Amino acid sequence: MTVPYHRFRKQLEDGESTCETTVVSFLAQIRAHESLNAFVTVLEDRALEKAREIDRKLAQGGAGSLAGMVVAVKDLFAMKHVRTTCGSRILERYHSPYDSAVVGRLEEEDAIVIGKTNMDEFGMGSSSENSAYGPVLNPRDPGRTPGGSSGGSAAAVAAGLAMTAIGSDTGGSVRQPAALTGVVGLRPTYGRISRYGLIAFASSLDTVGIFSSDVTDCAILLQALAGRDPRDATSSLLPVPDYAEALRSSVRGLTFGLPREYYGEGLSPEVGEAIHAVVSLIRESGGEIREISLPLTDYGIATYYLICTAEASSNLARYDGVKFGLRIDPEGDLRRMIEETRHEGFGSEVKRRIMLGTYVLSAGYYDAYYLKAQRVRTLIRRDFENAFRECDVLIGPTSPTTAFRLGEKSEDPMAMYLSDIYTVTAPLAGLPAISIPAGLDSRGLPIGLQLTGRAFQEENLLRAGYWIEQVRIRQTGCCQPA
Amino acid sequence: MPFEPVIGLEVHAQLATVSKIFCGCGTRFGAEPNSQVCPVCLGLPGTLPVLNKKAVEFAVRMGLAVHCRIKEKSIFARKNYFYPDLPKGYQISQYEEPLCEDGWVGIPDGNGGVRKIRIHRIHLEEDAGKSVHDEVYVGENESLVDVNRCGTPLIEIVSEPDMHSPQEAYEYLTKLRQMVRWLGVCDGNMEEGSLRCDANISLRPAGTEGLGVKTELKNMNTFRGVEKALAFEIARQTRILESGGKVVQQTLLWDEAADEARPMRSKEEAHDYRYFPDPDLPPLVVDAAWQAEIAASLPELPDARAGRWRSAYDLPDYDIRVLNEDRGVSDYTDALLPLVPDPKKAANWVMGEVLRFLNERKADIRDFSVPPEALAEVIRLIDAGEISTSSGKKVFEEMLGSGISPRAAVEKLGLSQVSDAGALESLVDRVIAENSPEVQKYLDGKHQVFGFLMGRVMQVSKGKANPAIATETMKRKLEGMK
Repeated sequence: MTVPYHRFRKQLEDGESTCETTVVSFLAQIRAHESLNAFVTVLEDRALEKAREIDRKLAQGGAGSLAGMVVAVKDLFAMKHVRTTCGSRILERYHSPYDSAVVGRLEEEDAIVIGKTNMDEFGMGSSSENSAYGPVLNPRDPGRTPGGSSGGSAAAVAAGLAMTAIGSDTGGSVRQPAALTGVVGLRPTYGRISRYGLIAFASSLDTVGIFSSDVTDCAILLQALAGRDPRDATSSLLPVPDYAEALRSSVRGLTFGLPREYYGEGLSPEVGEAIHAVVSLIRESGGEIREISLPLTDYGIATYYLICTAEASSNLARYDGVKFGLRIDPEGDLRRMIEETRHEGFGSEVKRRIMLGTYVLSAGYYDAYYLKAQRVRTLIRRDFENAFRECDVLIGPTSPTTAFRLGEKSEDPMAMYLSDIYTVTAPLAGLPAISIPAGLDSRGLPIGLQLTGRAFQEENLLRAGYWIEQVRIRQTGCCQPA
Repeated sequence: MPFEPVIGLEVHAQLATVSKIFCGCGTRFGAEPNSQVCPVCLGLPGTLPVLNKKAVEFAVRMGLAVHCRIKEKSIFARKNYFYPDLPKGYQISQYEEPLCEDGWVGIPDGNGGVRKIRIHRIHLEEDAGKSVHDEVYVGENESLVDVNRCGTPLIEIVSEPDMHSPQEAYEYLTKLRQMVRWLGVCDGNMEEGSLRCDANISLRPAGTEGLGVKTELKNMNTFRGVEKALAFEIARQTRILESGGKVVQQTLLWDEAADEARPMRSKEEAHDYRYFPDPDLPPLVVDAAWQAEIAASLPELPDARAGRWRSAYDLPDYDIRVLNEDRGVSDYTDALLPLVPDPKKAANWVMGEVLRFLNERKADIRDFSVPPEALAEVIRLIDAGEISTSSGKKVFEEMLGSGISPRAAVEKLGLSQVSDAGALESLVDRVIAENSPEVQKYLDGKHQVFGFLMGRVMQVSKGKANPAIATETMKRKLEGMK
């Protein structure tokens, strides 16, 4: 783990370091850890050039709020003139002619994009094994997955290949890999950060997410990215608060809700104990803890997979070989061209979800599946509304287990889907949630603690997360697993 | 057994907005192929639609003008199907919650009255691109796609099955075209495809209420084509039913050149569009205030204006229909009518000279160089006897060419009529002196030579003699010679 950005920024301002030397050393780290397969594309020349430009800006004044931040970006964010693969063969040679809103903001604020990270194809997966470019390995244990789908971004931060990283979270794709690699992972409220240029998997659930080594960096990055974007009609008009404020408060006055349903069957005892240890600390320090209930938690997975596959089946229809990306062209037959292109271009999990989604939207099945799932989604949202009448922040595990072995679940889609059990409901309700490192299990694998908040109250998550981080530093001497 | 046709029309009108419905690209017809495109209307990965407010306004204008209820909240939905000219693999349309519902337009009922044709709904959607197969530059076994039209805003106007003859369908279509043009929301040009029409048609025994099996007619590119295709299909279905057969529900394509409708291949029509609400677009909200604002901006509508003209000016229905067809001509006439004491004279001038000129030049009345005030002055000069009717037409033409005032034109052409009694008397004396044989005949009782003598007067005066006074003078002189 390298120094967090907020400390590096001080070094830059004090003249103790430069962006160029820092980028050079990050590039060396990336080469040294090539076996992790965290990156699909490393932007060596571009990053170096940018670093020199920002060094000049820093000397002259007027550098942006992220000046010198070395950031890795999940390969499903469009970036001008750079290959954007989405972890798929179908986009193997696709270069976007425009920048996503997130990349645009990063560069406006003088962050340095060091590369595009590996991922489950189109964000579909929980282990980063579903990539046309090979699986990502967990830096904590290379025999295990870093989680997914933003596994490359999580691994990059955990292994010190970038200071921070951008991911996307549809049903847990930022929080779960953050938990499994021992870093901070934030999924903001739906609509808080523009989705423009985030290549869609499930549009009503996709959000831009943030990986960082600590909560302070997370707040800095969120500050830079949040806000209305006229190019995304679902982005919120609500003003963006000052997130740094949240990092100075204590937990006194915050009420934490403990969802009864999050501590049942399927939860690894070691993960449960780690969460309870933090809960005890909060109670001892004057935070209020209340047991609450989210009765519909069990329906989360089914509801999530009906809705996300339905949207995916439509979102992925544009990959037909006509205008961009892969085209397999059997002589003069349009239908076969589309079929063969998709057959060759998509991996099996993507095909499975397109088929499921096509099915749930089909005439005769729409009411029983898609429509019913939308109704349950409304009820789940209500579940959360009820819970947030009694508390400010929900606290629970991010993932039922610590990192699993490569290949362990890849042949069993249901087992894989169930690893999202604690992360899929917040997206269905559009709520923000963050995963914070909460210790190690007996194998030395990171455990993640998840905090879920009310819509557009990321401050509460940052505040509680920051407090937990500080307590653990005092307790263990380090906020991160060794 | 006589059958009664039951016809419903689905009319697509391209809205005359400057830019497309979900991006900022232009909508000009006939532009260089694929020149009016951007990442959004190309459906490139990561792009998002943002609704054009003007398109909503235009749709609401039309909805209000045809007595629809405007829904405060309507929903955009995705219509999913694969076609090379549909870049996203789905068309954004409205399905379960359209913008406008339950309206009507009046068409002539053939007995001087009005028949209401109900409108089921009007919804907003985007147009698809164009596939080009038959042009000279397209190779064999090849199709090219022009994406310019993708994202052009459309309204689809769906009627109830209220029409019972091809003539009624023609009248309804004519009425819709008048309305869209009148409101300025569509240029109404069917040949260029900015107005398109599909028809549903079935037959039932005359006098019954049920509905027979319907067929759908597509690809009618002219108003007459719609009428002919419907007549063709009525005859075809009649033959089937009269011979005891059953009509098969299917889609037929009208072939204008062959003058017949042929069934579409069944593969092309067996679609399950898997509609679902588009998660990229929040519900469209047209609140009462916005609706009122749009309503207040509506011009006087043709039916209201016709009623006003009928009662204020007592014009014949035929004149009203002709003068009211086009908003520009109607506005011109409406400005002219109060300036001319005899409304019928004003109507005649517009229907005669003005429309003839516009037709000959294929000109738009908005570019017309003779303002209503000037035309009123020409009519007044004729009424006052200062110029003859035929001179009036010359004056009018002179004004069209040079843009000068009526008086200046009269001066320039030297057409001022001689009404001075003394001047006319000497003219008449001269003609009598120079044509003694004819004068003798008149005195002998052959009064038919009077016309010849008057012709001489006009000739000698170069057409400027006031005919009424000249006639009176000639009669008096000749009678005095008896």
